[in-house]
Amino acid sequence: MRYFVILKAAFRALRRNKMRTILTMLGIIIGVGAVIAMVGIGNGAKAQVQARIAALGQNVIQIFSGSINRAGVRSGFGGAGTLTVEDGLAMGREVPGVVAVSPEVRTSQQTMYGNNNWFTSVMGESIDYLTIRQWDLADGVMFSDSDTRSAAKVCVLGKTVADNLFPEDDPIGKIIRIRNVPTKVLGVLKPKGASMFGSDQDDVILVPYTTGMKRFAGVTMLRSINVQAATPEEMAEAQKGIGELLRQRHRIQPGADDDFILRNQQEIAEAMSATTDVMTALLAAIASVSLLVGGIGIMNIMLVSVTERTREIGIRMAVGARARDILLQFLIEAVVLSSTGGILGILCGIGGAKLITVIKEWPTLVSTNSIIIAFAFSAAVGVFFGFYPARKASQLDPIDALRYE
Amino acid sequence: MNNVIQLQDIHKTYHTGEVDVHAVRGVSLGIAQGEFVALMGASGSGKSTMMNIIGCLDRPTSGTYLLDGIDVSQLSRDELADIRNQKLGFVFQGFNLLARTSALENVELPMLYTRQRLSGPRQRERALKALDTVGLGDRADHKPNQLSGGQQQRVAIARALSNQPALLLADEPTGNLDTRTSVDIMGVFQKLNDQGMTIVMVTHELDVAQYTKRMVVMRDGKVVGDTPVTMRLIAENELRRLQEEQKAVQLAD
Repeated sequence: MRYFVILKAAFRALRRNKMRTILTMLGIIIGVGAVIAMVGIGNGAKAQVQARIAALGQNVIQIFSGSINRAGVRSGFGGAGTLTVEDGLAMGREVPGVVAVSPEVRTSQQTMYGNNNWFTSVMGESIDYLTIRQWDLADGVMFSDSDTRSAAKVCVLGKTVADNLFPEDDPIGKIIRIRNVPTKVLGVLKPKGASMFGSDQDDVILVPYTTGMKRFAGVTMLRSINVQAATPEEMAEAQKGIGELLRQRHRIQPGADDDFILRNQQEIAEAMSATTDVMTALLAAIASVSLLVGGIGIMNIMLVSVTERTREIGIRMAVGARARDILLQFLIEAVVLSSTGGILGILCGIGGAKLITVIKEWPTLVSTNSIIIAFAFSAAVGVFFGFYPARKASQLDPIDALRYE
Repeated sequence: MNNVIQLQDIHKTYHTGEVDVHAVRGVSLGIAQGEFVALMGASGSGKSTMMNIIGCLDRPTSGTYLLDGIDVSQLSRDELADIRNQKLGFVFQGFNLLARTSALENVELPMLYTRQRLSGPRQRERALKALDTVGLGDRADHKPNQLSGGQQQRVAIARALSNQPALLLADEPTGNLDTRTSVDIMGVFQKLNDQGMTIVMVTHELDVAQYTKRMVVMRDGKVVGDTPVTMRLIAENELRRLQEEQKAVQLAD
């Protein structure tokens, strides 16, 4: 039988019992809609997390000074104090793939300007830091290499600090006091917002690392070093190169533990993505249950339909329909039912996701992939749940079917 | 070999539970091209089983059945479906039209299942021609519920004719119709037979059988009588007679 003719017959059969068709479809509509909306929520959350991770900088490797164990007492993270400025400079020189290096020291200090004061963290960094973090200045300039060499008393303010110390004035060129050290404000950073761990990334003052070490922290060792690789592909090699370089520089015997810790952004990103992936999968699994229930609804209705139309099946067989023709007819009817439901479900799912974004202010992201998969899945549900009733129809005996009352 | 149907020692046994039902016990029958046969018998005589076998809806337990020269007694389900499609036209007691489907589409139905399919327009042309033959060319768009019983049966006959079968098989075709309409339908069959169509009709009504040319009577699974119809009724004359009777009744009033 011509597929077009079967299709026409299928639509006619479905139109014949509109209410029943709509109710049966509703199962699939809800199922597919739920899957689309839930996966949309999951993907939206994932995209948000990834955006926040990207805001930390790209291809970034962080080197922390490790902990040490003295007579059984273990110092905390960064307690070993093994990283030197020279380690950092050596990485930039010797490790292939490394394009930017920023030695880092951190202290927390009380700062003052006029009648305003603010307690914030002061980070000593190199001029590469802005490149590594992909951070731009809103106003003014970054400190220079010569500022770094001379440990100049200059700084760049984060947005939060600028707002609190200078509620009205323009901070550029003003002298603020950090721990009573008069420091000139060279620039103000663009706002970066909260980090994915919830802290305010704009509540910070950047100073040259030399200034930070000498004037504020009073240390000779670094807390950490931020390094940027040129491309994501070069990260693994750069990380390996840094590890080897540091072991060599720190004269660590083969087999002994590292006195530093390497971490890269990708690892953090993967861990965070894995969490949201699990969430997405969970939501999709729950939504799939309703799709399954919708499929059972289709099977139920198709079985009823086969029984009701036993006589029609008998007539078709009597005039020469083969078992395959009957099978195909009912199968296509089930698939038309489920895939029409699937299309409507996709529309409902997209609408639902938009609604969630508007009402709950959750980010949602409905991907083309999830739409294609949802549609294919709904058609597959039709084939799967339509097959048994269709087969039942095709196996009827024409004599019995013709006599059926 | 000019017999459309050649049955040789046909047996059919149903295995229902513990008892075997021997529905047909050795029937041999030949029906030639252009015959008009009434297959008669009381219920339980085996005529319905014979009808199913002749109609290729069922296979005999033993014996051979040649339909239009083809041995169909051992064919598979699908092969039988093709034979029904190509060689046979069915007319049922209950009309068995597809509801909410136009007369034309009902008539086209067998052509949808033909292996070497005609183009859409040619199918339509053939279906319209079949409807013309039964005098319903102007009712092609009507749905079955818009047609009278007699008209529905005419559509069913047109459907049976649409694939140009070798044999027309009618199962109590007038069973659901009043006398006048029955005569009318028998007229359609007689006209088709005059044009050369071979017709086998199952009936238990003697006055309907009277319109055929040959009566085969069955009892207990066997053929017990096979005689030509002597007092053959011609539908045209009967219709005229009925009309006159009606007029007479009206005048008497």
